[in-house]
Amino acid sequence: MSIGANEEFRPKIVAFCCNWCSYAGADLAGSSRLAYPADVKIIRVPCSCRVNPMFILRAFERGADGVILCGCHPGDCHYSTGNFYARRRMTMLFSMLDYIGVENGRTRVEWVSAAEGAKFSATMNDFVAKVTSLGKNVRLGDLRCKN
Amino acid sequence: MQQRIGVFVCHCGSNIAATVDVKKVVEMLALEPGVVHAEDYQYMCSEVGQAKIAEAIKEKQLTGVVVCSCSPRMHETTFRKCAERAGLNPYMVEIANIREQVSWIHKDMEEATQKAVILGRAAIAKVSLNTPLKAGESRVTKRALVIGGGIAGIQTALDIADAGYEVDIVEKTPSIGGRMSQLDKTFPTLDCSACILTPKMVEASANEKITLYTYSEVEKVSGFVGDFTVDIRKKARSVDMSKCTGCGVCQEKCPNKKAPSEFNRGLNTRSAIYTPFAQAIPNVPVIDREHCTKFLTGKCGVCSKVCQAGAIDYEQQDEIITEKYGAIVVATGFDIIKLDNYGEYAYDQSPDVITSLELERIMNAAGPTKGHLERMSDHKAPKNMVFIQCVGSRCSDGRGKSYCSKICCMYTAKHAMLIRDKYPDVNVTVFYIDVRTPGKNFDEFYRRAVEDYHVNYIKGQVGKVTPEADGSLTVHGVDLIDNKQIKMKADMVVLAAAIEPNPDIRKIATMLTASIDTNNFLTEAHAKLRPVESPTAGIFLSGVTQGPKDIPETVSQAGAAAVKAIGLLAKDKLLTNPCTAQADIMACNGCSTCANVCPYGAISYEDKEVRGPGIREVRRVAVVNSALCQGCGACTVACPSGAMDLQGFSNRQIIAEVDAICR
Repeated sequence: MSIGANEEFRPKIVAFCCNWCSYAGADLAGSSRLAYPADVKIIRVPCSCRVNPMFILRAFERGADGVILCGCHPGDCHYSTGNFYARRRMTMLFSMLDYIGVENGRTRVEWVSAAEGAKFSATMNDFVAKVTSLGKNVRLGDLRCKN
Repeated sequence: MQQRIGVFVCHCGSNIAATVDVKKVVEMLALEPGVVHAEDYQYMCSEVGQAKIAEAIKEKQLTGVVVCSCSPRMHETTFRKCAERAGLNPYMVEIANIREQVSWIHKDMEEATQKAVILGRAAIAKVSLNTPLKAGESRVTKRALVIGGGIAGIQTALDIADAGYEVDIVEKTPSIGGRMSQLDKTFPTLDCSACILTPKMVEASANEKITLYTYSEVEKVSGFVGDFTVDIRKKARSVDMSKCTGCGVCQEKCPNKKAPSEFNRGLNTRSAIYTPFAQAIPNVPVIDREHCTKFLTGKCGVCSKVCQAGAIDYEQQDEIITEKYGAIVVATGFDIIKLDNYGEYAYDQSPDVITSLELERIMNAAGPTKGHLERMSDHKAPKNMVFIQCVGSRCSDGRGKSYCSKICCMYTAKHAMLIRDKYPDVNVTVFYIDVRTPGKNFDEFYRRAVEDYHVNYIKGQVGKVTPEADGSLTVHGVDLIDNKQIKMKADMVVLAAAIEPNPDIRKIATMLTASIDTNNFLTEAHAKLRPVESPTAGIFLSGVTQGPKDIPETVSQAGAAAVKAIGLLAKDKLLTNPCTAQADIMACNGCSTCANVCPYGAISYEDKEVRGPGIREVRRVAVVNSALCQGCGACTVACPSGAMDLQGFSNRQIIAEVDAICR
């Protein structure tokens, strides 16, 4: 899938969703038919704290244009404290990424509960619009991974 | 080992097939490395669909299965069981969610099909790296905890006790009974609330399987399904429960009778030493230390002097009781909203503007007016009464609640009917948005209020209530059917205020790690198919804590929650989640970082012999107790040497998914 100059830019977006809140929120968005762009692909993890910063670096290396991490609201984590770790880790990672040129708009942490299908959809619409406006991500991309 | 993967694409009738070209998905995924079988079928979850999977597992000796279907939260277990029956390890199954994440939210077929293929590829990449896992076992403590002693909690506890299991009720107030004990009559039969509730309260207290912890709160919860450990704070009653005979003399003689009565919604006062109501269970009073003269000034001690049993104990301290439970039922109920945002109804300005729950107390023979309908300002009988519906319910402007409180239409019809029956010369007007009376004999009940009792129902909202100098109230409203402004005099205005979950519910949900929605109702595991279970295993929902409901619904849901809890308690052992963390002892340097982030204390350290090329030594390494590990993965990221990994969601598996998506 190469993108020609005339073709409309469609970003590649990886969304990590925790099993208990955000993945369920995505399910609710689905069953409520609340659309968001197909550019978003979800990876299910047990908890937002399972997301290793390496996964996000890997995504950018492999050509992702944006990465979003969704978890339970602070205080509501199924594992009590997981999202606090995730929040802290991502704050550091995102500021480092911004420093090396992966703009803050390409990374995001959002809290979406199992009951917030509408929020999930709205968040994804907003994030895709933001990443689209930033255009193709050229930093970190490893040319050897291009096919 | 060479993987042999089978891909099964579900049409879900037309749910998936209408938007996703399933044949194309099969065709594309068949080309993926390791895939030896790919097919589609109308309903993969059906018996025929599952037979197809089982057959392929056996015939093609599949080592992994990918089902492209609905959410794994829906049918992952179904397909895992199917694989197991066919001789494949159930954890060699992965689901690509192409319904909730594709067909239901995308319209363009090409785009949707492409996304389905990518999600399928990610699942194939993951399943290629899956390893067979075996669930462990954990034991079940055969005792249940019910949080909340209202009708929901009482019913759940009675049902669990009937099945032969021990059950404890923790109730925050001094007595069980809850909201229902405050009601006068109940719809649609108009039988007296106390007459049907108090026998149940007595039954709960007399049942030898049930232990009541009243004036107590849940302080701390740890553990997991089958094996919760709970700290219960028994607040100091200042009365020795084993000595008190419930004679009531202390309450009579207490010189400080100025505390607002919570039970009567602040319409009158009570003594500082009190039981909330006459039929309280246990019939043991509590000293309200904030109002007691002895506690405030050190002087008094009347209750102690008059108590013949010597039960008064001013030195009593809070007590923490630690108990183990297999299941926890949340039945924390509701309160009505504060009316601060609704100044236009003059609730704060006039004592004659009251809530329906206050009217309930006024109409009750044991209430502040001994059951006489009278204005709280001058104790005169009202001539004109106006009821305003949906105060804070069905609210779209953010001032109140978005939901319908469900019970107000019926209780207002009840109030109107009771008043017209007892005081036929009182005119009763009801302002409503819609009258919603679904339920057995409910609409007939409402129609009786209109047709037989001539209650004046006006479709329209009230904009303002103004207190007048002569003590009356003027109600400014609209009649939407006649399309005209209405201004009418009233002696009393009754507000059907929205109900909201118990204000403590957030704290409790956090302790239980139970999901909660934006309105503070607890979320069900599945809105339709698992309505009394929380997504957190071992936590069950009873009554209004799950959503607005009336008494019959609460009682049936309470029974359902009990059955689910009994189903859990009846098991001797539970299968545990095998997706737990594991440490690679070759890489672990025993630094303790993982143990520090583990919320379950599942990680300990042992001296183990490590053997490798050129290595043979004893090292201090991390060991995960798989019975305690819940599989969150916090340790896997915290580990500085990358020694920790999570089975079922390993680093390699997740990276493989990332790669497949970004390909």
